[in-house]
Amino acid sequence: MVSGSQTGDDGSKAPSAEQPDHPTAEPWPLWEVFVRSSRGLSHVHAGSLHAPDAEMAVRNARDLYTRRNEGVSLWVVPASAIIASDPDAKGQFFESPQGKDYRHATYYTKSEGVKHL
Amino acid sequence: MSESNASATRITPGNALRPEDIAASGVKPTGAVGEYALRLGDDALILAQRLGWWISRAPELEEDVALGNIALDQIGHARSFLTYAGHAWDKTEDDLAYFRGEDEFRSAHLVEQPNGDFARTIARQLVISQYQYDLYSRLVNSADATLAAIAAKAVKEVDYHRDHARQWVLRLALGTDESRRRMIEGILLTWPYVGELFEDDELVTSLDGVAVKPSSLRASFDAEIEALFSEAELEVPDVPASVGGGRQGRHSEHLGYILAEMQVLAREHPGATW
Repeated sequence: MVSGSQTGDDGSKAPSAEQPDHPTAEPWPLWEVFVRSSRGLSHVHAGSLHAPDAEMAVRNARDLYTRRNEGVSLWVVPASAIIASDPDAKGQFFESPQGKDYRHATYYTKSEGVKHL
Repeated sequence: MSESNASATRITPGNALRPEDIAASGVKPTGAVGEYALRLGDDALILAQRLGWWISRAPELEEDVALGNIALDQIGHARSFLTYAGHAWDKTEDDLAYFRGEDEFRSAHLVEQPNGDFARTIARQLVISQYQYDLYSRLVNSADATLAAIAAKAVKEVDYHRDHARQWVLRLALGTDESRRRMIEGILLTWPYVGELFEDDELVTSLDGVAVKPSSLRASFDAEIEALFSEAELEVPDVPASVGGGRQGRHSEHLGYILAEMQVLAREHPGATW
């Protein structure tokens, strides 16, 4: 780290001609990526990425999530457009079906004489 | 392909031509065809080496991956072209990539130009990808079946490189004052090296029907760039052309440094594998 010792011990580097400096830009927005595999019937969430706009998001998704022939179609959605359920509302949202076995077909006994069920 | 090389994550490898297939085919090109393949391969190899520098340095992680992908595509093309060229002189792709000196490389000056900032790299990408796209689009009809097959695989990949560069030219040119200033500067620094790509010489003229005459690609290049620049509100700069000479092995001061970094490991440890 010869160059580091020349610029002090604060870990800062002298700006070099080839090193592009980062302007004070806002970070790129986040996008959620959905990939439909060649045998899949629907798009499945694959992950997320940053991109400046929708067109670049599709291209970045191609680079990040279809490198190994995973897909035949891509969707990108602004992460901000997704409305998620509240994790703290787990009780009221997801625990109500518990104990309600009658919502499952297996709860019911087969009626006599029914052959193909 | 041996099973030990198979990637656990690969879903389908596809059936595109690979350098290993070319090596196994044993088809021996004439010296002239080998020389021509060397030019195409060296352009791709030196460009890939330059682009690789961006990994971990691009403006965003996503662009690290995008430029890295493009570099790897170019490495793939270089491997195919150099494998085929090597058959003319009983050399392997590694012999050609790692054990040739500066004056034996046949790449154009454009690909050895410094990366500069992101905009300058995009300007270089714009030029080389448009050139390679037009070139490979025509090379698929080459009378040489191996060159045609390599081009058929490469043209789809280069089409994406071209799209990537064009998208960024539009965004940088029509973005902020600073991004526009950098895009214009990048184009100015790149344009002196455009002319060399389209120069004919004895070799390509002698390979009628096999090679694509570089001069025949110029009209399409100019039309595509003009249309894009009009959309991006840019002008084609009127700058003097560089001296050129890359196809004859005369290079700028940059190539030596690129080769030193690219070749040092192979030369320090000849025959090493890992």
